[in-house]
Amino acid sequence: MITATNLSKVYSGNKVLDIEHLDIPSGQNFGLVGNNGAGKTTFFSLLLDLIQPTTGNIFNNEITVSQSEDWKPFTSSFIDESFLIGYLTPEEYFYFIGDLRNRNKADIDSFLTQFEDLFNGEIIGRKKYLRDLSKGNQKKVGIVAALIGDPEVVILDEPFANLDPTTQIRLKKLLKELSKTSGTTVLISSHDLIHVTEVCERIVVLDKGIIVRDMETSEATLNELEQYFSREIAES
Amino acid sequence: MFKKFVWLEWKSFLRSASFGKSLGLKILMAFLALYFSAMFLFLGIALFPMLKEIYPDADPLRVVNGFILTYFSFELLFRFLLQTLPVIDIKSLMILPVKKSKVVNFVLVKSLFSFYNSLPLLLIVPFGLFCIIREDYPAANMLGWMLAIYTSTLCINYLNFIIKKRFTDNLKALLPVIVVGLILALLDYLELFQLTDYFGRIFNYIYSQPLLAIIPVLLLILLYIWNYKNLFGKFYLDAGLKGKSKAASTAEFSWTKKFGSIAPFLQQDLKLIWRNKRPKTTIYLSLIILGYGLIFYPNDTYQEMPAFFVFVGIFMTGIFMINFGQFVPSWDASYYQMIMAQNIPMQQYLASKMGLITFSVVVLAILTTPYVYFGWNILLLNLACALYNMGVNVPMLLFAGSFNKKAIDLDKSPFMNYQGTGASQWLVSLPLLVLPIFFFWLVNKFVNYEAALGVIAGLGIIGLLLRPSILTFLAQKYRQRKYVTIQGFKQKGD
Repeated sequence: MITATNLSKVYSGNKVLDIEHLDIPSGQNFGLVGNNGAGKTTFFSLLLDLIQPTTGNIFNNEITVSQSEDWKPFTSSFIDESFLIGYLTPEEYFYFIGDLRNRNKADIDSFLTQFEDLFNGEIIGRKKYLRDLSKGNQKKVGIVAALIGDPEVVILDEPFANLDPTTQIRLKKLLKELSKTSGTTVLISSHDLIHVTEVCERIVVLDKGIIVRDMETSEATLNELEQYFSREIAES
Repeated sequence: MFKKFVWLEWKSFLRSASFGKSLGLKILMAFLALYFSAMFLFLGIALFPMLKEIYPDADPLRVVNGFILTYFSFELLFRFLLQTLPVIDIKSLMILPVKKSKVVNFVLVKSLFSFYNSLPLLLIVPFGLFCIIREDYPAANMLGWMLAIYTSTLCINYLNFIIKKRFTDNLKALLPVIVVGLILALLDYLELFQLTDYFGRIFNYIYSQPLLAIIPVLLLILLYIWNYKNLFGKFYLDAGLKGKSKAASTAEFSWTKKFGSIAPFLQQDLKLIWRNKRPKTTIYLSLIILGYGLIFYPNDTYQEMPAFFVFVGIFMTGIFMINFGQFVPSWDASYYQMIMAQNIPMQQYLASKMGLITFSVVVLAILTTPYVYFGWNILLLNLACALYNMGVNVPMLLFAGSFNKKAIDLDKSPFMNYQGTGASQWLVSLPLLVLPIFFFWLVNKFVNYEAALGVIAGLGIIGLLLRPSILTFLAQKYRQRKYVTIQGFKQKGD
């Protein structure tokens, strides 16, 4: 589904991302981990054509993202709060995104019923603008909006950060089902190793822009990851 | 501490995303500033002999005092429209060990070094010196008078901030003030109640008793303290969020559905305008500007210069276009990344912006039809100008917009936030006004009025016919600039 070749991004002589080849097959739950500055958000931004690659290309379903806009209809994403429109109410925001993805109001209303638990009565019908919601609730809105319109590719940057424990557990369940039932390709990044190993079938570790581990998730994965990230501490 | 603040200001000026653009504007503004300085200086020197010639029997100083209220009123008006409250980004300073009073004092003292405060000096000092040296007015009295006048203008400086703070959020509340002002001016004109006269007498009195110049000085200190208290009291995160408990309005604008594929964007743009203070003011401003024609059409001096009416026409029908259009796509800055990653083709995004602005031109053009009272010429001219706005100026503004990379923070509390309401905003609109005036003037001079009208309208119609290909071109430009724009919008602050 997604292929990156020779992909690199250089900021004033500093290579922040350098991926020779990465192939993410359709329907995979793909996890990206790495410390701050490892290049996770850079990779997602390149994938969404929000920044220009220095070299190489990303193909989303064989469409070169930096040259055509045709990947937009089947790709949805939530990177951070800057993806929300602060002066809309959550409902209006959902309807707006629905409009862009050819879903009418009734579609959206029935789509939203499955998230009633997740919203916990704090989001729908509260007559509040998005800018007045708490960070956690904003995140919920952003993630749910990214699922509107049955996208084939869903990109979520740090979906677990800022969420309360109950919601984290619900979200994990939701993401696992998503790729299982509808064959959606889900790309997430996280700092929480436990969450990623639970949700993702495949985990790629980035360090200073380079892929240092690429593993299928198994029983041993969490341990392996923990060892990898504590190696520097052990050395010193 | 003050040195540190100045350093911060300098850094934010040099490092802001819009540095290139604002530097160009700053140079242009520097020229304007030089021009006005020269004019004021010239007037300051020539005022005394000029008044002597016009009113040979009166004491020029008393004549000046008689006009002083009018002068102050205009000064207040111009300051209100043009002067910006010096801003310093205070949020990051709130939890640092910096005394609140220091920050507030810095903001207030900084405003004294504004250009608007040095202009009156160029008028007052030469006039005063002329009186003392050439006309042998007693120096002590004259110095007292000069001090009184200058401190009065500084009072206006601070008074302006108080008015601006109170009314920029709520321009409607200004209406009664304007009405009272107009009534006073009318009474004065009809010589029923001569406020300017009483005001002049106060300054005559200060001239004879120069020690009384202490009164405006005291007034200045009072206004400073008032401003200080105002700002000091608002030095809290939630001070600007008072309206938060207000329930969200849920107007649907469902009638926009008629516009097909651009409907969702239109709806969203209308919500943008309706729910955010900053864009909402552009609506009120548009309605106020509609009255512009009343100043020019009845005035005989302009009848010989129909080219000037082109200016009025473009301005009246295009004021919303100018105010809203020049900040496309900055209005969407806070979620521009989303717009770029969502299922939105660039062309449609731009088409909806164009649609909205075109719609505003149509509405404003309809609202100007009562000016037919001043003749069919005027009505036709206004309609031609509206066409020109739609066909030529809208694409021009959007083209300029592709270079925008300065974010407008819609969510920011209005506290100390007068982003873009300064003189620079008006300068961007110059080419929009100058070009049609030039075309009109040219054809009107060498052919006739009707042909000139036709040319203006024709240019607009050509623009409208070419709109689909113009849109494709613009979309391409916006796509090219996309990465730079996203990068720029991420930088907050001016």
